[in-house]
Amino acid sequence: MHIVVCIKQVPDSAQIRVHPVTNTIMRQGVPAIVNPYDLFALEEALRLKDQFGGRVTVLCMGPPQAEDALRKCLSFGATDAILVTDRAFAGADTLATSYALAAAIRKIGQEQAVDLVFTGKQTIDGDTAQVGPGVAKRLGLNLLTYVSRIVEVDLDGRRLQVERRAEGGVQLLETTLPSLITMLEGTNEMRFASMDDMLRAGRCPVRKWNKEDAGIEDLSKIGLKGSPTVVSKVFGPTPRSNKADVVEVGDHNVHDECLNLLQKIFTTHPTLEVETVERLSA
Amino acid sequence: MTDAAKPAAPRPAGRAGRNTELPEHLKSYKGVWVFIEHDRGHVNPVSWELMGEARKLADKLQVPVSGVLLGGPDEPLDAYAKEAYVYGADRCYVMRDPVLKGYRNEPFTKGLTDLVNQHQPEIMLLGATPMGRDLAGSVATTLGTGLTADCTELNIDGRALAATRPTFGGSLLCTIMTLAYRPQMATVRPRVMSMPARDESRGGDIVEMALGMIETDIVTKLLDFIPDASRSTVNLTYADIIVTAGKGLKNAENVKLVWELARVLGAEVGATRAVTQAGWLEAERQVGQTGKTVRPKLYIAAGVSGAIQHRVGMEASDVIVAINTDANAPIFDIAHYGIVGNAMQVLPVLTQALRSHLDKRIRKIA
Repeated sequence: MHIVVCIKQVPDSAQIRVHPVTNTIMRQGVPAIVNPYDLFALEEALRLKDQFGGRVTVLCMGPPQAEDALRKCLSFGATDAILVTDRAFAGADTLATSYALAAAIRKIGQEQAVDLVFTGKQTIDGDTAQVGPGVAKRLGLNLLTYVSRIVEVDLDGRRLQVERRAEGGVQLLETTLPSLITMLEGTNEMRFASMDDMLRAGRCPVRKWNKEDAGIEDLSKIGLKGSPTVVSKVFGPTPRSNKADVVEVGDHNVHDECLNLLQKIFTTHPTLEVETVERLSA
Repeated sequence: MTDAAKPAAPRPAGRAGRNTELPEHLKSYKGVWVFIEHDRGHVNPVSWELMGEARKLADKLQVPVSGVLLGGPDEPLDAYAKEAYVYGADRCYVMRDPVLKGYRNEPFTKGLTDLVNQHQPEIMLLGATPMGRDLAGSVATTLGTGLTADCTELNIDGRALAATRPTFGGSLLCTIMTLAYRPQMATVRPRVMSMPARDESRGGDIVEMALGMIETDIVTKLLDFIPDASRSTVNLTYADIIVTAGKGLKNAENVKLVWELARVLGAEVGATRAVTQAGWLEAERQVGQTGKTVRPKLYIAAGVSGAIQHRVGMEASDVIVAINTDANAPIFDIAHYGIVGNAMQVLPVLTQALRSHLDKRIRKIA
């Protein structure tokens, strides 16, 4: 079984701070990590490799330093890693990104046919959840998004069954290989890297593909040029104009101030009180 | 902009020779569409929230609003269309086919793509839900047009859609436009936009189109739908009152203080990303850019610092009460009422005070 897992290197957004005066992002010292959602996709792929044998190729588009993210994936047990990196890819939106990744996966498939492609549900920096569907459409793969469980894979029969998260429940879907799965978070737990894999990750070459290596045919479809969306402005959130009504409490006044606050809220918002009472008595 | 009309002239800086001028053949694209998401007898309320936004955009552009309904022949699509008019639609495009019963990517992508190519809307809005995101990404790729995900504000700039969304994990906002392609597509998460007022006097017309696909054309089969067990569903998105636990509660044990306050108010319990990552509460309770967007009538944040990625998920709440030991915590910038104090001390007192206050009112009714 040959599985390709698409990953992205992202800044750890939990550690991004906005400068309080200039309202610009302070990127200094923010560590780059493997997009956390992608790890659920990688673990699921590794489990299928454990079960069926074969290989897991991790694929990433990004700047040269994204090699670190791929090495991390190798240390968890991925078989090999390809970094698609070229200045021509810079500024790509989701449509241009899916074009480049689809071309690279087609190229990978020429070495060994691909049975499954995995992506995370979304990234933590872009949050769009659009690249997975885009890649699937471009490659004509059966698209399975928000997969919460892989129920069964029949490699010889070329079929698979999955559970897909929907509003209010899960859909049980059956389709054929090859497919593209975007994996839901919390569906598995990433394994610990073994000592062997950690050592291998340090030695194993990460293949670097430029736009020609990745088989890009139409240069107008990649990077900024291939991106229909245009960022017209970037700005910080506007602070609320009226300041909060704030009290400081300690042992001596916590009771009085809490009562006082409730009084104030229910007087200013009488419907809130009425509706709460109605809901509780129902 | 006028530069693009004269190819020899220098292009605007920073756009690296990109075409930002709308080609002639796309200028006939007119109208604002909303994909009406429904499943097993219910329309997702996000579709009506979008209908309200679509109406505002369309009025600025002076074009009609249309709803798009795809479903099985035995589903009440006409009733949904009537609801769509009440919320602001002028027309509904309807596709009925047995293969459209229960969402599947393949037939829905073909159906919506065909409708767009046939009737040519300039803007198309979808909910940022498991269905809407699956479909929007597929349709935008098939049409080769721009898609802006998870918008928090939609506006018209010139004649184009200006879609604003959080970026960098919610620390900044950016406005994105699709200038040279149509339709301009955008998704919006549930509860980001407010529910529009109903106007029962409104009506509209239906335009039908056939899908032209049979079951054997479709590879993926929907075998079953397994509904969530009701006790495991957390209805955070549409809760009237939410009490949220932040990392300031210090440990998992103290989260029970939040549960107790929530019980007295009949509220749902929310969590910050740090709290769900620490495993104190389930991931589905997370409020914020990577969690749920909420707009309850009352939002009580206990031990929540108010990082921007959390703020974008809850700042539309009607009344925000913040409890935090740090008087400089950013949560006080957006709160309406603030208590500077230890949440572990304040929560039990607040719970007790509310219990006796509400009990008196309930007894009065009974």
